[in-house]
Amino acid sequence: MKKRQALEKGVAGLFFLCACVSIVAVLLICYFLFANGIPAMKEIGVFDFLFGTTWAPKNEPASFGILPMIVGSICVTLGAIVIGVPIGILTAAFLARFCPKPLHGLLEPMVQLMAGIPSIIYGFFGMVVLVPLLRNIPGCTGVSLLAAAVLLGIMILPTVINLSESAIRAVPESYYEGSLALGATHERSVFFAVLPAAKSGILAAIVLGIGRAIGETMAVIMVAGNQAVLPRGLLKGVRTMTANIVLEMGYATGIHREALIATGVVLFIFILMINLIFAVIKKKGERV
Amino acid sequence: MSEPTAAVYPNRGIRTRGREESRTPGGKSGGRAQALALRGAVYAAAGFTFFILIFLIGYILVRGIPYLTPDLFSLEYTSDNCSMMPAIVTTLKMTGLSLLIAIPISVFTAVYLVEYAKRGNKIVELIRLTTETLSGIPSIVYGLFGLLFFVTQLGWGLSLAAGALTLSIMILPLIMRSTEEALIAVPDLFREASFGLGAGKLRTTFCIVLPSAMPGILAGIILAVGRVVGETAALMYTAGTATDAASGLLSSGRTLAVHMYCLSSEGLHTDQAYATAVVLLLIVLAMNTLSAVIARKLTKS
Repeated sequence: MKKRQALEKGVAGLFFLCACVSIVAVLLICYFLFANGIPAMKEIGVFDFLFGTTWAPKNEPASFGILPMIVGSICVTLGAIVIGVPIGILTAAFLARFCPKPLHGLLEPMVQLMAGIPSIIYGFFGMVVLVPLLRNIPGCTGVSLLAAAVLLGIMILPTVINLSESAIRAVPESYYEGSLALGATHERSVFFAVLPAAKSGILAAIVLGIGRAIGETMAVIMVAGNQAVLPRGLLKGVRTMTANIVLEMGYATGIHREALIATGVVLFIFILMINLIFAVIKKKGERV
Repeated sequence: MSEPTAAVYPNRGIRTRGREESRTPGGKSGGRAQALALRGAVYAAAGFTFFILIFLIGYILVRGIPYLTPDLFSLEYTSDNCSMMPAIVTTLKMTGLSLLIAIPISVFTAVYLVEYAKRGNKIVELIRLTTETLSGIPSIVYGLFGLLFFVTQLGWGLSLAAGALTLSIMILPLIMRSTEEALIAVPDLFREASFGLGAGKLRTTFCIVLPSAMPGILAGIILAVGRVVGETAALMYTAGTATDAASGLLSSGRTLAVHMYCLSSEGLHTDQAYATAVVLLLIVLAMNTLSAVIARKLTKS
């Protein structure tokens, strides 16, 4: 009997240890990123690093300003939101309220599939379909802010759809029925009674979509053009923070390499802020 | 804040107009026009979403399948044949290795959270917070971390082990969440019956609860496989881009997705990139279908 108790205790301890792995992982990730990135930021100068507009690691003297990449990331993400969010929410409304049940059984796995397609395939698709298509616009080289925004807009669709759909489904049926009883049409009930009630869930979906878009790497590299200058327009190339890291990490050494890691730190801080906003919105939604 | 609200009320203008019109005799037709417009927008958006998905899959399959030559599957990679066989072998090893690390940890974590932890425990909240953080971190940040920790700090160099460990942290939250949901779905009746028959907590967990939660866990694992197979950014600077199949834990090798990135960014082998995309896409399609079938079986029973 004693033996069995000891075993029970031991295994419970093992489970607890495993549960702590994720805490350790987050701590390790934070420590290694910050410990390697912050010194470089100090050496370059925090202000020069964050707000410098010239990224020229090979110049004499070298210049490490990542403002173009920060602005690039933000522009691409905004573009993705403008394209992906309305389509995503409307599709979610379709799946939750307009779609006949047998069709839903078919479409739901398709959304999951869309989420599962690797970003490298999206990027390749953008490279061989979207970029040549955009070349038809005069003044556009194809690889551009617009291409990246459209592609990312498509890529965040499943995230937005999934979360918005469950938010819409979580709205009590009485809202919809009450609206119908007041004489509103089906469409009006869905859009003006159900959707506003699902507001916080939909907001959380948008925030998560922003997180996906800003962290996306491979797809963006293949369609954005990657010029390390401030974005000059929708039809011109941009470089995001993620692209900056992947493109130059392979050959970078010394301070250049550390500056790239510091770029990762800035990206990581962006992501942590987005996660925080997401958690706050979710908690608020649970309380109501 | 202003943008999301605008998105939630995409027809704000119409809303006020509709209200005014409903007071006038012509209101009925205004309402109908609004309903039609809304319905049209919803159908158009859904049509666009699923059209894009089908177009993407169809385009890559149609363009890529003709390039699937036996040459592409020869055992050795040369710059002439661009064989993807070494990459496939590396992908299999990478998947197996990262699952081997991630499955026990994530399943045990879920078991701890659902079966063992007391409600309102501070540590539990911390664990949930960190797993949520982990699932939000982009793969390039994982890649950077793997490069700094496994490759540089531990001195493993670009290697299979560094890549697999990086990926296993990445898929931890994925398997954990599905396991947690599956465990919660097991009725308490099962546990009570098992305790009633004299089984201990350990025995109940392993012999009763985990087997009944198996389909849900499996679905999560399969999704994780899909994620590993498709991963690129986290692997480029942890497992490297060597063209030969990784022979040991500490040797470098490229997975299929990295292989495809190298092919398409070089710009010389677009045909082979198409063919690689087909293989990659088929694997992901198969994984997703399998996961969906298992999940469906679960809800039916």
